Amino acid sequence: MSISRRKFLGWMSAAGTGALLPKHLGAATTVDFSGYPDSMGVLHDIVRCIGCRRCEAACNAVNELPAPAEPFDDLKVLERKRRSSAGVYTVVNRYGAPPTADSAPLSGASPAYVKKQCNHCLEPACASACFVKAFTKTPEGAVIYDAKVCVGCRYCMIACPFEIPAYEYDNPLTPEVTKCTMCHPRIVEGLLPGCVEACPTEALIYGKREDLLAMARRRIGKHPDQYVEHIYGEREMGGTNWLYLAGEPFENLGLRTDLGTTSAPKLTSGALGAVPIVVGLWPVLLTGVYAMNKRKEKLAAEAQAAAVAAAESAAAQTLTEAKEKAAADQKAALEKLKGEHEKAVAEAVEKAVSDALAEAAAKADSPADAADGDGDATPDGETGAAPDVKPTSDEEDA
Amino acid sequence: MSEMVHPEDNKRFSRFNIVAGAIVVMGLILTVLRFTKGLGPVSNLSDYNPWGIWIGFDLLVGVALAAGGYVTSAAVYLFGMKRYHAAVRPAILTGFLGYALVVLALHYDVGRPWRLPYPFIVQPGTTSLLFEVGACVALYLTVLFIEFSPAPMEWLGLKKARAIVVKLTILLTIFGVVLSTLHQSSLGALFLIAPSKLHPLWYSSYLPVYFFITSVIAGLSMVIFESTLSHQYFAHKMDAEHLAEKDTLPLGFGKAAAFVLAGYFMIKVVGIAADNNWHYLATGYGAWFLVELLGFVALPAFLYAVGVREKNVRLIRWTAGLTVLGVVVNRFNVSMVAFNYHLPAADRYFPSWMEIGISVFIVTIGIIAYRFIVTRMPILYAHPDYDAH
Ligand code: SF4
Ligand code: SF4
Ligand code: SF4
Repeated sequence: MSISRRKFLGWMSAAGTGALLPKHLGAATTVDFSGYPDSMGVLHDIVRCIGCRRCEAACNAVNELPAPAEPFDDLKVLERKRRSSAGVYTVVNRYGAPPTADSAPLSGASPAYVKKQCNHCLEPACASACFVKAFTKTPEGAVIYDAKVCVGCRYCMIACPFEIPAYEYDNPLTPEVTKCTMCHPRIVEGLLPGCVEACPTEALIYGKREDLLAMARRRIGKHPDQYVEHIYGEREMGGTNWLYLAGEPFENLGLRTDLGTTSAPKLTSGALGAVPIVVGLWPVLLTGVYAMNKRKEKLAAEAQAAAVAAAESAAAQTLTEAKEKAAADQKAALEKLKGEHEKAVAEAVEKAVSDALAEAAAKADSPADAADGDGDATPDGETGAAPDVKPTSDEEDA
Repeated sequence: MSEMVHPEDNKRFSRFNIVAGAIVVMGLILTVLRFTKGLGPVSNLSDYNPWGIWIGFDLLVGVALAAGGYVTSAAVYLFGMKRYHAAVRPAILTGFLGYALVVLALHYDVGRPWRLPYPFIVQPGTTSLLFEVGACVALYLTVLFIEFSPAPMEWLGLKKARAIVVKLTILLTIFGVVLSTLHQSSLGALFLIAPSKLHPLWYSSYLPVYFFITSVIAGLSMVIFESTLSHQYFAHKMDAEHLAEKDTLPLGFGKAAAFVLAGYFMIKVVGIAADNNWHYLATGYGAWFLVELLGFVALPAFLYAVGVREKNVRLIRWTAGLTVLGVVVNRFNVSMVAFNYHLPAADRYFPSWMEIGISVFIVTIGIIAYRFIVTRMPILYAHPDYDAH
């Protein structure tokens, strides 16, 4: 009446092979990519940043972005935490109490200002997640976006661990993802990124990533009292081209330190590696299961035939009785069988006999076969002459 | 049989027509708003919360609950459970409608829906799990359409075409199971890329496995659930085979669901142990996690088992409802409740009434289409011309 335990377990193990095996199969379908060696980056020395927002203004200008709600010299916006948003590639946030008249930059009493923008990951989550490859990691280091193919699924925004890409939700027809480009168009022209050029305190330094890392290490080594010993972006999520130095733990500065060092593509490579396994194994397994059940049905049909032959000799006595039985409500037969898992052989044969006789006697009389069997001994009419033909099950047997 | 109209059904359906009509009108207005004003004005989606209920409900729940199609056809055609044959057509129909509505809902959600084919015709992003989801859903929708096509063909009298399709049954079923395994699990794998955003109790490298297994659970339970509703509202459309299934189907599918739920419960516990997440259970999220695990996994597993043992079909039907609700809760948790758990409350997502309105609208379209089809095509009964063979 229901799935036998053995069948269920077989089924589950078949499912398990498909779903679990590939977990160990690594990056079968993902490109193993660990960044361009000579790529460029920016080092943001938070200790030097004075929160003047000139980088924001420069970014807005060089990228020809829409005018902001509040002017860039309005420092009151620092009172709340902001993030990149549609048409705003970068924001500066303040951490700690606002400065008082006597607190000067670098005095240790001042708050910290942190510039936020795309970190241009070595192995970007956004690029790995995009199903139209709208993001490209350029050899120069920038991660750039191509609005011409973007569908607007916003999976890149789900994927980015730094919560950078923003979406033009208010644009009904041509909405785009917006994010910092590291000023890639300027870089290829030999210019500095707009924000770097505008920074009055050299809190932003543009250079080769390797050189920036060396510079950052030197600074930490020279001023261990001013810097924490951590270059943010060296390893986070597999490393980024935008790097940070700070005077206090990064988790106090809105930069998560619990991201780990595993790059985004590696997080999904196991699941992607599963695809060829499922595609390869499932059809084989399922065809096997199908063939097994088919054979079981065939054996059942043969058993039925044998039972019919054996019963024929005794048919004369039982024919009348059998006819009455067959005419009885189908539901009665169903009730009788309900829940019965392993039927006694004798009972099965008796049922088969009565069914077969009923068929012989009143062919095509009963549309549904109550004793439709599976796993139990009752054979059913998979013999071609069966009356329980349904629109889709018989032809494939032919 | 198909021509009979029951008077009390007429009354009931006219009430249905009024409610459905109102929802459709609202849906059409919201549709116009969505495509003229953009996503912003109709939704509460934000830069922190790019996915809302159109993904969490319409995509994730929709695909999971439409799993009845592949689960039933695999059980009947591949695993030899022929006695549930009558359940295949309604399950394939709801599967097909479910997937069609998922694709429809995506047109509301993505920014430029007319570009939805781009990943396949312009530039495939094969490193993306979403690409896998998209490819499999597109292919599977086609498979479901072909699997479903014999019904309209019988209705329209296209005997030759029908004969060809019916010959493909086994092939289509295997293809459907492969595609379903892939995309059901990939929907869970979508979140693998964001370990820092999804609460550790829900984030697990087993996410794809969890999603696949829950899709089987959802499929089994939905078939029971739907058959309950069909027996209530469309009994006059049914032939003897369907009517006879009224009690046998819940028993068989309920038993299977009890086993799968029990297995799922165990691997969920293994998942917590593997990541050593026990200490999170003492937090608020932990309490909610336990509600999901105990109330919507362990409890239905137990109730199914009791229902099957005592042949209590009523209990099984109610349990099916509870289980379906549990799958909804799970998908909501992964995509919304436990997603962005690290953000302050002000940056969290709650759907706007218009987002909910569009989701309701889409579900309503599905019910209308289902009703249209089962009252005309041979879904709940075998077509007389194809019956005796
Ligand atoms: S920070 Fe985010 S948007 Fe920028 S490259 Fe990395 S993943 Fe992409
Ligand atoms: S929103 Fe655009 S860029 Fe982002 S993942 Fe989707 S298609 Fe790619
Ligand atoms: S690199 Fe260019 S785009 Fe990025 S924040 Fe600086 S100015 Fe803006």
